[in-house]
Amino acid sequence: MSTDAIAHDDHHDEPAKGLMRWVTTTNHKDIGTLYLLFSLLMFFVGGAMALVIRAELFQPGLQLVDPHFFNQMTTMHALVMIFGAVMPAFVGLANWLIPMMIGAPDMALPRLNNWSFWIMPFAFTLLLATLFMDGGAPASGWTIYPPLSLQTGDAFPFLIFAIHFMGISSVMGSINIIATILNMRAPGMSLMKMPLFVWTWLITAYLLIAVMPVLAGAVTMLLTDKFFATSFFNAAGGGDPVMFQHIFWFFGHPEVYILILPAFGIISQIIPTFSRKPLFGYASMVYATASIAFLSFIVWAHHMFTVGMPLAGELFFMYATSLIAVPTGVKVFNWVATMWKGAITFETPMLFALAFVVLFTIGGFSGLMLAMAPADFQYHDTYFVVAHFHYVLVPGAIFAIMAAVYYWLPKWTGHMIDESLGRKHFWLSVIGVNILFFPQHFLGLAGMPRRIPDYALQFAEFNALSSIGAFIFGLSQLMFLWIVIKTIRGGQQASDQVWEGAKGLEWTLPSPPPYHTFETAPEIK
Amino acid sequence: MSSTSHDGYYVPHGSYWPITASVAVFVTMLGAANWLNGSGGGSTLFVIGLILVVFMMFGWFGTVVKESLAGRYNAQVDRSFRWSMSWFIFSEVMFFAAFFGALYYARTFSIPWLGGEGSNAMTNAVLWPAFETVWPTNGPADLGGAYQIMGTWGLPAINTLILLTSGVTITWAHWGLQKNDRKQLIRGLAATVLLGFTFLCVQAYEYSHAYHALNLTLGSGIYGSTFFMLTGFHGFHVTIGAIMLTVMLVRSVRGHFTPEHHFAFEAASWYWHFVDVVWLGLFIFVYWF
Repeated sequence: MSTDAIAHDDHHDEPAKGLMRWVTTTNHKDIGTLYLLFSLLMFFVGGAMALVIRAELFQPGLQLVDPHFFNQMTTMHALVMIFGAVMPAFVGLANWLIPMMIGAPDMALPRLNNWSFWIMPFAFTLLLATLFMDGGAPASGWTIYPPLSLQTGDAFPFLIFAIHFMGISSVMGSINIIATILNMRAPGMSLMKMPLFVWTWLITAYLLIAVMPVLAGAVTMLLTDKFFATSFFNAAGGGDPVMFQHIFWFFGHPEVYILILPAFGIISQIIPTFSRKPLFGYASMVYATASIAFLSFIVWAHHMFTVGMPLAGELFFMYATSLIAVPTGVKVFNWVATMWKGAITFETPMLFALAFVVLFTIGGFSGLMLAMAPADFQYHDTYFVVAHFHYVLVPGAIFAIMAAVYYWLPKWTGHMIDESLGRKHFWLSVIGVNILFFPQHFLGLAGMPRRIPDYALQFAEFNALSSIGAFIFGLSQLMFLWIVIKTIRGGQQASDQVWEGAKGLEWTLPSPPPYHTFETAPEIK
Repeated sequence: MSSTSHDGYYVPHGSYWPITASVAVFVTMLGAANWLNGSGGGSTLFVIGLILVVFMMFGWFGTVVKESLAGRYNAQVDRSFRWSMSWFIFSEVMFFAAFFGALYYARTFSIPWLGGEGSNAMTNAVLWPAFETVWPTNGPADLGGAYQIMGTWGLPAINTLILLTSGVTITWAHWGLQKNDRKQLIRGLAATVLLGFTFLCVQAYEYSHAYHALNLTLGSGIYGSTFFMLTGFHGFHVTIGAIMLTVMLVRSVRGHFTPEHHFAFEAASWYWHFVDVVWLGLFIFVYWF
């Protein structure tokens, strides 16, 4: 009965009409767009929560919100930004770019791809609904350590199930990306010819399928400890709350590399284009990425140096963590060497990429300080840690995502971005983000604890400064939104290559590319 | 085939099954969360969600089966399925790794530390002076009260034999399929399904015995927790695997699969071998040592 439909009518070049196009789509470009829009929405939701935090911390004393709500904000801000903004943005970029970069007609499993996206709005409905429940949203920090997290109110099972649901999305999405990269490359596109963004995503996808199930297991144990009388994290029954921290960070440390490896890939695409030179040390970039991924599995306990581990554990995790500086240093060196004697121009994507290299490196160095177990006893759970991971995540991951959007948006929409607005957005962001996070290093070193709505008077100036930076940075992101909308609606027609020095398969396609691309595989020399 | 297979990669039309899946799982989770919180209607919503999940799986997999029978899947599509199923099983392995990790951590670290090992003499002396390091244990507070441990060489050993045998029968069925001997395929699959469900019945009996005769429950400290969570999730995966094999049996009877083209069967058998291997881990580390 269905055999008559086999003919080649499955490759219409026009998308379906109306809302249902987006609900039922199996097209990697549509799904990429959905992911990116969802991520943008969550970026503003999570950003609004961050501004509540910084508004409260503008002055010492309790000003605007009660402490419990403050704790809900710190927890939800992290969960929304990690799982709702940064990860979906990278998956959206993977969807748009990987098939075009390797010369594939689409992702390997297009329907599964649709499901990976359409889980996200439902998972975040579960998560965000907790804000309106008895006892409020989760407030134990995004790391949901027991026993504190077990005191969460009605929100608790919703949080756990939301994490399960997002995990399913990540695992399905990663499996799809692995199958696509390993199986769908055009003839001649050998592994060592793949653009670095594809490489970093391949490795990230492996990290995801290895650790998301471990997080699922950890939160399942929390659920049964709370509702079914198990004793995984209860010393009275022979368990140990510290065990949760081990399992959580076995997921958590690879997770932070999941949030940064695709950013490395993006930067490795952008810097060669605007330096008009091929990437320096391509092979070493691949090996460095793989080394970082491997090391990410054996460093987790540096998040818990102060918990009371045996000395051998402290030493092992300290040295293993320090090793990560080597492949990361290789990367930074290669980016700088790519620019060396290049004919560099400073369009908006390049500005963000340059800021990434400098500011991510600052975050990397503070990470090395934190890796030293004896020093970490001073820094642990202070604003120094907050400053560290925000340097790697905001001017790190987020700047890379913005660089990617500015870089590829002309390809996606066919319109060049408004360069002068883009540069204004860049300068406001880079100045704002440093005013926001740099003073937090000093706060932390002076002893201000994180996740606290009030503080001693001597911290007042730096906190006020940080809050001013937060509002500069936060409000300037409205400019980003405006630039994206403006570019989608119109602008100077982009050429196929878009950027003078751009190399790679995606730049051989028209801007915007047709709905289906590379239905016949290109030949790679 | 070979190099031209790339030209015909099957990209399906838009589909309603993924959004159905999202709604179904969402309703299930919403129901379960409300149920756990003791809010009204949770259990009803949970059951409705599960029914939706079953409906969705029939629909989605049914579509895939139809497309496969219609010959839309070339060798490259087949390879995508193979990569995907392999890495899906790997992710399942990592899920079990979390629980095995909890078992090893408790046995190697938390229980000896509670017993005062290493620098933890004060933990023992001040908090739990009567506690000595033993395994199995329900912890220093004797949670769940006195219990008996689950033996190794009775039903668990029989269950090990059952699962190992089912690994043989599924391979025998596969050989039948490869030489187009449908009778051998169906017999082998039927035997595997039968062994799978027998395993589950024995496991159910063992649970009932543990709860009623041994006073060994989920609440029996870390031993009860790890025992029931590991064997429970394993049993859940055996159930999924047995359902998959049942579907393969029905499809075999209906004449699906050819000696060259039968990835669904292989995927189910890979999954079955995976639950088999996990069981060996359980038998050794949960029941035996």
